[in-house]
Amino acid sequence: MEMVNITIDTRKIRVPKNYTVLEAAKYANIKIPTLCYLKGINEIGACRMCVVEIKGAKSLQAACVYPVSEGLEIYTQTPAVRESRRVTLELILSNHDRKCLTCTRSRTCELQKLAEELNINDIHFDGETYKLPLDDFSPSIVRDPNKCVLCRRCVSMCKNVQEVGVIDTTERGFKTIVSSAFNKSLNEVPCTMCGQCITVCPVGALREKDDTDKVWQALADNDKYVIVQTAPAVRVALGEEFGMPIGSRVTSKMVAALRRLGFKKVFDTDTAADLTIMEEVNELIDRIKNGGKLPLITSCSPGWIKFCEHNYPEFLDNLSTCKSPHEMFGAVLKSYYAEKEGIDPSKIFVVSIMPCTAKKFEAQRPELSSTGYPDVDVVLTTRELARMIREAAIDFNNLPERYFDDPMGEASGAGVIFGATGGVMEAALRTATELITGKKVPDDSIEYNEVRGTKGVKEASIRIGALTLKAAVAHGLGNARKLLERIKAGEQYHFVEIMACPGGCVNGGGQPIQPSEVRSWIDLRSERAKAIYDEDRSMHVRKSHENPAVKKMYNEYFEKPGSEKAHELLHTHYHARDNYPETK
Amino acid sequence: MSEKCCCCATMKDERMDKLDEIINKHRNEKGALIPVLHEAQELFGYLPMEVQKKISEGLNVPLTEIYGVITFYTQFSLQPKGKYKIQVCLGTACYVKGSGQILDKLKEKLGINVGEVTGDGKFSLEACRCVGACGLAPVVMINEDVYGRLTVDDVEDIINKYKDK
Repeated sequence: MEMVNITIDTRKIRVPKNYTVLEAAKYANIKIPTLCYLKGINEIGACRMCVVEIKGAKSLQAACVYPVSEGLEIYTQTPAVRESRRVTLELILSNHDRKCLTCTRSRTCELQKLAEELNINDIHFDGETYKLPLDDFSPSIVRDPNKCVLCRRCVSMCKNVQEVGVIDTTERGFKTIVSSAFNKSLNEVPCTMCGQCITVCPVGALREKDDTDKVWQALADNDKYVIVQTAPAVRVALGEEFGMPIGSRVTSKMVAALRRLGFKKVFDTDTAADLTIMEEVNELIDRIKNGGKLPLITSCSPGWIKFCEHNYPEFLDNLSTCKSPHEMFGAVLKSYYAEKEGIDPSKIFVVSIMPCTAKKFEAQRPELSSTGYPDVDVVLTTRELARMIREAAIDFNNLPERYFDDPMGEASGAGVIFGATGGVMEAALRTATELITGKKVPDDSIEYNEVRGTKGVKEASIRIGALTLKAAVAHGLGNARKLLERIKAGEQYHFVEIMACPGGCVNGGGQPIQPSEVRSWIDLRSERAKAIYDEDRSMHVRKSHENPAVKKMYNEYFEKPGSEKAHELLHTHYHARDNYPETK
Repeated sequence: MSEKCCCCATMKDERMDKLDEIINKHRNEKGALIPVLHEAQELFGYLPMEVQKKISEGLNVPLTEIYGVITFYTQFSLQPKGKYKIQVCLGTACYVKGSGQILDKLKEKLGINVGEVTGDGKFSLEACRCVGACGLAPVVMINEDVYGRLTVDDVEDIINKYKDK
């Protein structure tokens, strides 16, 4: 890369020619405040918080979009710069709903932090304000336009990264808002509920539907037997909520916290992930052998499922009929486990702690109630769990190590890696290889690096006995679209994994929110995925079919994968959805 | 209320085929959306959801983005227009010559605000930018008819001319 010499605040540095002023300043460790900027996602110079003085330029320039060039002289802290940033920020604040004390993003709000950093102690303008209604009809996402600062980070995420495009800026002037077409609720448009918009919102304008009250109530109800299960991605991110470094593994502290909150049993969704692999691999082998619909596409990600139902109904028969792991687990808890332990299933209340907002929507699907009761009663995101832990005044960082409850707590490393893109594929390959060839593969050769990593669409050809299995993995719905179009154009695969969120569940819409100044420079997806793969390597059992709890479940209850009982409890179906149903 | 069409039911007309033609004509152009919206509005008189949905599918642009463009530009309308579309010029010349008062009088006489249609579907009222007839300021256009050098007292007579048409 060609380099250029520039000067920032009298410091002379050499940086690549394709850098922006903001990137150069970051390189020189000089902080420039930003608000609308999100590297790689939203670089539009809209908010004007990052203005700097450039020698020879007529006016102040936005550092996030201004390219460096040879000899450029930049000043980031002149009186004109400071004054401009302050006035801009005051104007943004002038019509902002400043109820910070009761805002979910208090402490993690980028606007609040800017006001503090820029020493704003008065707001000299009264902006024209409208009190707009909340959109809280979606089971997953709440939209509060009164808190919106129009940075457009959510719009870019929804439209350009996820290629869903259900929110955009509408109207103009003071009336400008980010909304759906015809100002419909997110519940009435083809929103996938992935929640990626929430994770990029700098303020409290987008948040998950908070269901913690329902869980507190259930915990206080002596008539209820409240069981909690946790998804793999939660344990590698929850620590961030308590100030730990990104990628910290807090599995045992998380279990300890859940015990203290009063859950009767703390189970690991990974066990159900292993169960999913047994069913899904059986489905894959069956479809390959008997000329079934290929490629088989994974069905663990409810954001992806809803996306498919809205946009690619022609692929519904390709979807695995397997329920997602936590739904399988819910069904197992209210049938097999209830019978075994002699608990009335109507008393069992299943709470899933998920890195996901779409799972809240999924849990409400009427077809996911095989036992006559909803498989899962409440889904909480990683963030909501952190809120409960704080509310219960639990000193998370100093909790002792505790372990998941038997008999459902023992899971395999294959179940753990479900949390990262490529993980479901890898877990399936570990099992498929042994089931098809009948030969045991040593643990040092069960890692499939070709399906790991953050490349948008990954492909692999894997030899399993006489079969060369063609596999593809996409993460992020924009990448899913690319892969599906490829398949429509004739590309052939046996097995395809799709996860709605970029990076998979580790970067799910329910995960701890990292501000732009962190996530613009650190890849959350790979840092958290590293922790997932470390966790996998630390497990005694690393293949789903070797999970003793799963083996026992088949012996005692399901007989074998794909049995009638398995179909009744562990499988589901999908249906095409109208994108914009007509409402009169 | 026969003219007041409302989406789907009456929309299965040949105008939908015409819309397909418009979309196909512009499909591969860069920045096709705004020309298509212009022609679609000319065809339907406004841009109801059904029309926007068809454009969204045809041009592969999210419906929300289309809605965003329509609500940004005042010349695009989500509401059907009246049989007689009254446009009051609020360009600089007309404005200093008192078109603001003429607009107020029209609002009062018709009982509607800018952007609305009278209950009988006859009149809709809009404020518009310069129509290029500054020499005649202040100017009001009703469909293709131009009325210039108006005073507030002329308003009633003009409306009456169309009332019985």
